[in-house]
Amino acid sequence: MPRLREPERYSKGGPCLRKKSFWLLLLPGLLLILVFLILPIARIVLPTFQVEGQLSLSLYQKFLGDSFYLRIFLRTLRVGVVTALISMVLALPVSFYISRQPGSRKGIFIAMATFPLLTNTVVRAFAWITILGREGILNNTLVRLGIVSEPLKLLYTEGAILVGSVYLFLPIMLISLVGVMENISDETLEAAQSLGANRLTTFLRVVVPLSVPGLIVGSVLVFAGASAAYSTPLMLGGNKNMLLSTLIYQQAMTLDNWTRASVIATVMIVTSYLVVGILNQVAARIGEKTT
Amino acid sequence: MKRKNTFLIFMVGLVYFFIFAPLVLIALTSFTTESYIAFPPVGFTLDWYSKVFANKTFISSFKLSFTISLAATSIALLVGVPGAYALSRNSFRGKKFIKDLFFSPNLVPQVVLGFALFTFIIVRLRLNVQAALLLGLAISVVTYAFRIVGASIESLDYAIEEAAMSLGANRLTVFFRIVLPNISSGIVSAFLLAFINAFNNVPLTIFLSGPGVVTLPVAMMSYIEYNYDPTVSALSVLLMLMSLAIMLVSEKLVKSGR
Repeated sequence: MPRLREPERYSKGGPCLRKKSFWLLLLPGLLLILVFLILPIARIVLPTFQVEGQLSLSLYQKFLGDSFYLRIFLRTLRVGVVTALISMVLALPVSFYISRQPGSRKGIFIAMATFPLLTNTVVRAFAWITILGREGILNNTLVRLGIVSEPLKLLYTEGAILVGSVYLFLPIMLISLVGVMENISDETLEAAQSLGANRLTTFLRVVVPLSVPGLIVGSVLVFAGASAAYSTPLMLGGNKNMLLSTLIYQQAMTLDNWTRASVIATVMIVTSYLVVGILNQVAARIGEKTT
Repeated sequence: MKRKNTFLIFMVGLVYFFIFAPLVLIALTSFTTESYIAFPPVGFTLDWYSKVFANKTFISSFKLSFTISLAATSIALLVGVPGAYALSRNSFRGKKFIKDLFFSPNLVPQVVLGFALFTFIIVRLRLNVQAALLLGLAISVVTYAFRIVGASIESLDYAIEEAAMSLGANRLTVFFRIVLPNISSGIVSAFLLAFINAFNNVPLTIFLSGPGVVTLPVAMMSYIEYNYDPTVSALSVLLMLMSLAIMLVSEKLVKSGR
């Protein structure tokens, strides 16, 4: 379909719908979100700031003051950050390659990266159990080749969580990066090279800086996803390597400690908002600088 | 950059190997005749597939996941599409705030939403688990409906609607005869993406389960906890085929819609 005129001119000019029909259209969605998202979350978050009728942060001091919980909190942050960093390093060259492909091939590369995203996370974590397990494919191969004499402990480690998380979220980083790298014109790259930059310099000094918006969007998505994922840390990390997401389930459903679960819920919300907020600020700064 | 860059090609190969090898491994191990997950697989059998279909928990949880996801996706579209239309056709103060509200389900960690809905819908309102699942999944995918359909509506020229109205069509007619047919490919891709996400959801649905009411991914996870046999591989392959089918259908529809 050919694009007609600028669509925004009409739609942003002023109200096109009558007030009554406007609210009628909007209300069901708003109600759903207010009643079954905002209200239930407010119901668990707000009471955590009140102890014996007084405004207090003591529940949080207790939570983060306990080295057991603090370690889980820090591990959660670490998994989020390291997953984002590894995904970045792997995705940067690959998405650059994809972005330089002609249209149909690019589509195939992107579709291939998208496919795992549509596959169940339990399936994807299970695949890594079969690879990393004690009797897993990797250990069997290493033992058979005589590289190690006894199977290594690969599964139920923080490393396994990292591998599984990169596996889950690398495609998201790839897609975010291809999105911005597509807009880098061939002329820009040729200009850099005609001025004497070699390919590596062009990549590091031209392509990477121009990809920062995509890197930020990708990192936000990967960090938020990896630090809140449930099935992967549970299946690959085991009981000894809990993250906040597996801890909240244990506290709420196994130990029936709803107060602590609410504290964890609040910590998770605040952390994700802070990280997303900071990265968006950075993105806005960079946007100001370049325009 | 005409010359082939070996390093780049190597990285591309490595990353795509990393992406696909685990999935291929699962598929291969699902045909093994051994009763444990063996690689390289021994022999060839489809027994594990018949074991999946003979497993009552898998079948009933598949039915539950399928119907609840379908219903939740329908709710998400029924509230998301009118909402997106209303927002894109009007500008007013507070528009950004309302938009943010529609995006907020994606900002809240799913386990947190699961816990919050468990204490609110099941404990406080005393509704049954199915109702909680339905509402929870609808919430968790409403943003897809809102965002994807919203993008289609934004790119649809309002002048077409004005033309129809100046020819005497009323708002409702315009919406059903002009707007809806033009955004149908957006609606279909939103539907498919929302459905697959609802179907695959673990962190939310693990909080909202009860006796006999367990979604397929959660059932699969508890099966893996106690069993390590190729039944799970076979079930994984079946689920991958479902994702593949959904992806191909949506690609095709999006292309024909253009």
